[in-house]
Amino acid sequence: MKLSKDIRLFRRTVALEGEIDEFLDLLSEAGLLFKLGIETYLNEEGSENFEEKLHQVNKIESSADKLRRSIETQLYAQTLIPDARGDVLGLLENLDNITNKIEGTLWAFSIEKPLIPNQHKEGFIQLITFVVEAVEAVTQASRAFFRNIDAVGDHNHKVMFYEKEADKISTKLKRSIFSSDIDLAHKTHLRHFVENIDSVADWAEDVADRLTIYVIKRTI
Amino acid sequence: MDITVIFFLTSGLFLGWALGANDAANVFGTAVGTRMIRFSTAAIICSIFVILGAVFSGSGAASTLGKLGAINALPGAFMAALSAALAVYLMTKAGLPVSTTQAIVGAIIGWNLFAEKETNSAPLIKILSTWFICPILAATLSVILFLFIRWTLKHANIHLLRTDAYTRAGLIVAGAFGSYSLGANNIGNVMGVFVPVSPFTDFNLFGLIHLSSIQQLFFLGAVAIGVGVITYSKKVMETVGNNLFALSPVAAWVVVISHSIVLFLFASQGLEQFLISQNLPTIPLVPVSSSQAIVGAVIGIALVKGGRGIQWKVLSGIGVGWMTTPLVAGVLCFIGLFFLQNVFDQIVFT
Repeated sequence: MKLSKDIRLFRRTVALEGEIDEFLDLLSEAGLLFKLGIETYLNEEGSENFEEKLHQVNKIESSADKLRRSIETQLYAQTLIPDARGDVLGLLENLDNITNKIEGTLWAFSIEKPLIPNQHKEGFIQLITFVVEAVEAVTQASRAFFRNIDAVGDHNHKVMFYEKEADKISTKLKRSIFSSDIDLAHKTHLRHFVENIDSVADWAEDVADRLTIYVIKRTI
Repeated sequence: MDITVIFFLTSGLFLGWALGANDAANVFGTAVGTRMIRFSTAAIICSIFVILGAVFSGSGAASTLGKLGAINALPGAFMAALSAALAVYLMTKAGLPVSTTQAIVGAIIGWNLFAEKETNSAPLIKILSTWFICPILAATLSVILFLFIRWTLKHANIHLLRTDAYTRAGLIVAGAFGSYSLGANNIGNVMGVFVPVSPFTDFNLFGLIHLSSIQQLFFLGAVAIGVGVITYSKKVMETVGNNLFALSPVAAWVVVISHSIVLFLFASQGLEQFLISQNLPTIPLVPVSSSQAIVGAVIGIALVKGGRGIQWKVLSGIGVGWMTTPLVAGVLCFIGLFFLQNVFDQIVFT
């Protein structure tokens, strides 16, 4: 009896917690599909599988948008977490930008169909691996922000690590592209894709930086 | 009831209204100011629990105040309450933190001086000592509670939204408890001076509830406090919530609950009887300042956080208020009694 009352009292809160978790699940999923999509593009040239991954990310992106709006509306309409509302809003919007960036990069692959020479494919795989690790770590840091604030620092540390590694690979990859004997237009085209993929890790790092500040603010 | 009796009671009602307008902000200010609780919810809960506290637990603290000086003529009680209310009003206008407790104590001493009656030193010392004990006790309680809550939140890994929901519920419970304690502890300030000259007689409500004349008097005073809460406290609450307390809602809860416990300790006859039965030292039942309890609790938390951000200027202002409030009320009462006796030809003491 008491438990059911308790549940009723906090039903809306529990539902909203669920939506935030779902939003973070979608971000994590988008990251994993990003990796699968790029790997498919590199390994199965002209395959339908890549377009399928892009389609999945599209769906995730629009679901994430809907969820974000719903969460934000509820936070404001029910005047929840007045002291952390602005921070949560900023966090969700910046996380959403990561999904947007992933979607945009995959669309660029689909539209521009860059020709990636075999000698650079390994570099692209390494880059996407670190980028997706950074996205995964920032997702965990965000989850921790809601449930276990002490763990945010540990996850943020990983975000920084993977972002740095992604930067190193990106620089190495660009050097190798520009020192190869393909024409300049092709080189510039490839550089554009390297930077696009790398920028996803940069966004993840920006979110991690914000989270560090939010954690300081949330110390009671 | 004689119309003059009603007239003389109005000064107490005015003081009650001022107390409601100011002190409700101590209980619900942070919650309303940070929009954790709607003003209407806060005002209704506050009014109901102030009345309950005043009627059912108000007599303990009020009787100590009565011992300080038993004002034995209604016009005298009228002037004591009026001068206390005016002191509160003037000090508030001057921007100084004010306590109705100190104002009424000053006014009673003013009456004692005018009536050439000796101020009973034992209750006076009791009351004066609690003005120091109250904020220190509130600070100690808030430190203990704050450390405990912080430790719990650190280890319990409760979701941010769940913490928010619990804090909201906690603020309502603490606010209700705080309002009850405020009514129990501070009704003596509002109606205490009228106790010896209460115009009411005991009566039974449908044979179920017995209300003594003092309880009826306290009910009336508590209704005035409630009116003060509903009509005038919104602005004060919003100011307090946004300006004075740069605290998180959880820390605000700690402040409110510490304040409420302190007020309750200084008003509970049940606790006093329990301590007596256990042969333990008792806590004096004295009206204490709700604002000072809040300030004490906030300072407690500020000290835990390393003492940064303590507004020493505000603190010294409170120190000045402690000394000037009773003085202003006492002088006003003395002068007022003189006029009431010599110009309006009223018997202000017997």
